[in-house]
Amino acid sequence: MHQFDITMENLSKIEGHTDLDICVRNNKVKHVHLKISENKRFYTQAIRGKPAVNAPHLMCRICGTCSIAHLLCCIQAVENALGVEPSPQTVLLRKLAMYGLYIRDHALHCYMFSLPDVVGKDSILEFDETNKKEHDLIHDCFDVKAAGNALCTLVAGKAVHAPYPGVGGFTRIPAEDEIKPVIAKLLGVRNAVLNLIEIFMPEKFDFTRETQYVCLTNPDFNFYTGDHICTSKHVCIPLEKYGKYLEHHVMPYSQASGYKFKGQTYLVGALARVNLNEAYLHPSTRKDAKKALELFPSKNVFYNNLAQVIEMLHAIDASVELLKNTKFKPEQPIKVLPKAGKGVGVVEAPRGTLYYLVEVGKDGKVTHGDIVVPTGQNQINIEQDIKVLVEKHLGWPKEKLQAEIEKLIRAYDPCMSCAAHFLKLNWI
Amino acid sequence: MMTELMNDHWQDWQKKIEFVYAKILKSKNVLKDLDVAFIEGAIASEKDFARVREIRANSKYVVAIGACAVDGMPAAQRNTFDKRTMKEIEVVLARFKHREKVVPVKDVIKVDDSVPGCPMQEPVFLDVLAKYLKLFGVE
Repeated sequence: MHQFDITMENLSKIEGHTDLDICVRNNKVKHVHLKISENKRFYTQAIRGKPAVNAPHLMCRICGTCSIAHLLCCIQAVENALGVEPSPQTVLLRKLAMYGLYIRDHALHCYMFSLPDVVGKDSILEFDETNKKEHDLIHDCFDVKAAGNALCTLVAGKAVHAPYPGVGGFTRIPAEDEIKPVIAKLLGVRNAVLNLIEIFMPEKFDFTRETQYVCLTNPDFNFYTGDHICTSKHVCIPLEKYGKYLEHHVMPYSQASGYKFKGQTYLVGALARVNLNEAYLHPSTRKDAKKALELFPSKNVFYNNLAQVIEMLHAIDASVELLKNTKFKPEQPIKVLPKAGKGVGVVEAPRGTLYYLVEVGKDGKVTHGDIVVPTGQNQINIEQDIKVLVEKHLGWPKEKLQAEIEKLIRAYDPCMSCAAHFLKLNWI
Repeated sequence: MMTELMNDHWQDWQKKIEFVYAKILKSKNVLKDLDVAFIEGAIASEKDFARVREIRANSKYVVAIGACAVDGMPAAQRNTFDKRTMKEIEVVLARFKHREKVVPVKDVIKVDDSVPGCPMQEPVFLDVLAKYLKLFGVE
């Protein structure tokens, strides 16, 4: 009869801080508590009373890693609240900023957090520079991240807390002579990404549990626009109705909130997107990642890593095409006037769907804000996965079990900084 | 930011720097005998308060990096909330043992150097790093 407790403090190789408690009694997992220990910073309270047009540049401080996703999602919500319709060029630049974010952010997760598990090392710092394969991987890691940053810098001014994007448009448009070097950088790392696909393709780790997959859907697999949130159970909802489907759950032990989709746990992120929207990937990505794409749709959580690498390839292919075929013209941001309204913003952040709701008073100041982040949506799914994993391997030595659990959590690429930024009011 | 700076500086740093404690990069970390500790984030909870004191006790030098660690903001925005908003969040503050005010690292322990900015200013960080490499005779 198995009876034990597992306490893991401050899990490694993830964004932010989290602890984990597991209680096993009579061969059954009594509870799994993913205790997100990042301190709340009360952003949704802090934006009240501030001019709505300034809110995006404060809200993006929620997270350094996916700052651009918060910035653009908040801009979208504020524009919808104020009735601002961005120009086609502005939308295109926002798509490009998201592609740059994806290349860098997925590279951080795949190379620096997950790859050591695949190679059997604790850290990328332990990779052997005298071993050609490991030497190349460590250099690819930094080159791919730098290429993503170059794209972000070109269109948004910076990769972290970007200054150019704002409500109504961009304060600076890329100059013609700046574009070619960025295209060269992106194409220069394409082979490295193809190589990474080969590395994450063999099913080295496997964990499967029946769940549902949810993401934003659009016909060019961009991460910024879309009319509907769709699920693997064939439910599609308009964006502004998200509040009717996403159910907030209080986790008294965690500084973050959990979510269910109409009463059921669900998974958001790259695995959900590739499972649901594979057909919309860039044609070059579909051609060169054909073998890997045959593995989708997949229920193996560890294929979230592979799905992320496929998205990196797609981000390169899609952004190169846009950069090559667009002649950017000078354009000033649309002048925005204070006005009362309520707007929803929805984007696919690298870790999954990100929702913003912003309400603005007639003086143009925020009266209410709400945010739902990907890691919060995955939290209950992660806990239920761990429960199944532990019950399947009750006889394993604790150390082996802990390593497996940590690997599984890491496959979700959780971001604890995002998860713990705000406060829902229905706390007990 | 640190993982992004590595894109350009890893080749150089790997010859000069041993990452003794970096949870984001490795699982085996021991908080002991650090030459220089770089701390990001403000001090919001009792746990943070104890943690930075532990870091200080185990480090020869401490550098605060980023606006939250250096100035407390934006993490300290709750210090300015009105009574009604404070009432709204008080249950969370109590449950997770948050301190009354969020403060920068320097209000709790001695800080030897600071790198301000959100994100931290890269040239300032590189200067501070160069200063400590020189101090420890790593050229």
